[in-house]
Amino acid sequence: MLLAAIVCVPLGAGAFAAMLPWRRVIGWAMALADAAVLGLAIELAVQTDHHQVAGGLDGVLRADALSAFMAVVIGAVSLLASIQSVRYLEAEITRGEHSARHASLYSLLVQVFVACMLAAVLSANLGALWVAVEATTIATTFLVGHRRTDKALEASWKYVLICSVGIALAFLGTVLVYFAALHVPGHPTGASVLDWTSLMHDSHRLDPGVVRLAMALLVLGYGTKVGLAPMHSWLPDAHSQAPAPVSALMSGVLLTVAFYALLRFKAVADGALGPEFTRTLLVIVGLASLLVAASLLLTQRDVKRMLAYHSIEHMGLIALGAAAGTTLAIAAVLLHILGHGLAKAVLFLASGEILLVEGTTEIDKIPALLARRPLLGGIFGFGLVALLGLPPFSLFVSELNMIRGELAVGLGWAVGLSLVAMAVIFAAVMAHSRHLLLGGRVASSSATSRLVGIPLVGGLVACAVFGLSAWPLQPLLDAAARVVVR
Amino acid sequence: MRTGAALDVVELAAGIVLAGAVVALWRKDLRALISVLSLQGAALATVAAVLAVHDGDAGLGVVAGVVLLAKGLVIPGLLARVVRADPGSRETAPLVNVPASLVTAAVLVVVSYLVAGHLTALFPDPLTRLAPLGLATVLVGFFVLVTRRKAVSQIVGLLLVDNGVALVAFLLTAGVPLLVELGASLDVLLVVIVLQVLATSMRARFGHIDLDQLRELHD
Repeated sequence: MLLAAIVCVPLGAGAFAAMLPWRRVIGWAMALADAAVLGLAIELAVQTDHHQVAGGLDGVLRADALSAFMAVVIGAVSLLASIQSVRYLEAEITRGEHSARHASLYSLLVQVFVACMLAAVLSANLGALWVAVEATTIATTFLVGHRRTDKALEASWKYVLICSVGIALAFLGTVLVYFAALHVPGHPTGASVLDWTSLMHDSHRLDPGVVRLAMALLVLGYGTKVGLAPMHSWLPDAHSQAPAPVSALMSGVLLTVAFYALLRFKAVADGALGPEFTRTLLVIVGLASLLVAASLLLTQRDVKRMLAYHSIEHMGLIALGAAAGTTLAIAAVLLHILGHGLAKAVLFLASGEILLVEGTTEIDKIPALLARRPLLGGIFGFGLVALLGLPPFSLFVSELNMIRGELAVGLGWAVGLSLVAMAVIFAAVMAHSRHLLLGGRVASSSATSRLVGIPLVGGLVACAVFGLSAWPLQPLLDAAARVVVR
Repeated sequence: MRTGAALDVVELAAGIVLAGAVVALWRKDLRALISVLSLQGAALATVAAVLAVHDGDAGLGVVAGVVLLAKGLVIPGLLARVVRADPGSRETAPLVNVPASLVTAAVLVVVSYLVAGHLTALFPDPLTRLAPLGLATVLVGFFVLVTRRKAVSQIVGLLLVDNGVALVAFLLTAGVPLLVELGASLDVLLVVIVLQVLATSMRARFGHIDLDQLRELHD
């Protein structure tokens, strides 16, 4: 019941929004629905702590601590995004850029998008997981193109084409895992062949040759959706062209929902092959992503593109953390998923507010934000501090623990390379943000709307709290990590 | 299925799928590409139907019908609408010329046979031995996708990849579970609808749908 409710709440809210012309109160109803999702997800996390597994809808849905954790992250980020959507849509309608009908369509698609992500992390079957991840692409394409400009259209074309190819490769990988499972004597047949529980149970008996081929395809395929190099090229365009709340959802959670799929398959492959093979693949794509992010961040002129490349960096970091694969490292990967989700969502939403009040997101044209708009500038500044992995924010703790995990399995050389890339990124972001936050002189300052201030500060505070104290998250993180670590 | 007329039909259909992908490399007329896709869809549906009859699997029969409808009729129909709005459109300048493309295709087929060794090693069955045809279709489709600049050609590349994956799925496992198979077909259909809408609005806005001329987003 609980699982079905979590997926159905956003779907119902979306249908409700689609039937009425958009008004402010409907925007708040969407935020309320996402708050309900967050509440239900937290309830699920409490239930699934201590290794309990919840099922629903005749075995189609299933949740363990890992799914519950991901559902909490989705709930938290979509709550932030839907609160900001109210302000975004209101401003668009006031300026006459879009009609109320267009805003209703936006609300519907956002809620369907959230429901698809929840279905992905709660599905019992790795094939159904694939269907849900592919459905997120379809739901988000028109959101990327929502602004209907030339650039937005080009970005959505690139997005849907590249991600569909990637996800087709992931499907081929899934088919090969299915093929391997079919030929394990005594493995359940029929619809449950790809069920997570039965696959994990028999993973050590899967044919290694087939699983190796499957895993290479899965890393490449789901890696496309995660934004890992070499299939990352859609990401900066889509994230910079989408409306800010959609960018926040895509960057904050969609990437990591695809990574969640990789974590599940990694656990199966580790059973069949031992950890070495998948570790090598993840180290390669992780380091390549860090390299791409470091080399391209230097030349960025736009706030949203800068944030997008920063996402590629963080996906590279969690790929390296997952490559280590110890319980400590996976728990750190999950904390990083949460911390990155919150911080990146806050930054994208702040950039949306910058676009709204300044009319541009080009770094050169918005100097001295801190003096002119203290609250907005402060949020942006602290968000960057969080994203760069500085204390007290949780990304500091998670990066440290991922590195500890990587060192423990002898990936010291990869740690060294990743630290060099991170140093370059640090310098690049500092150079860009120094001008943005401090550069130039100003006469007066203006206030920022409370509608922006309260949720965004809340997101940053949450990110800092999880950095300072392991409670209440640590037991859940450990339980979730044990799901995919043998 | 191990021998006999049913196997012959499946072999022929699988051959048609790969042959279609190779034809897509040298025909530049976009309408011809759409006919190729339609034929591939019918061939895939045939594979599914033969397997359904042979195994007495009603679910797979439903899948065969859905594949015929989606890949044989609806998707080519949608693409034909995009092309009709732009008569005389041809893939003028692919990044790689035709002879080089065909050589590449030959290499990709060899690669597929090498890679598929793991599959036949696990389950040496006449159907498994046909799987490289599907893998080669995936690779050729990928090649079409990265070397073509017209919007429609890129969609064709994506669909070739997708048909190749579907062929592998039918040959190796007689289709993944019904729910997943239907979900996958629906997803592909929706993706093509999305792409068609995008292509139409690109034409309305730019007056063409040549991806080479869209270069606003770059680093």
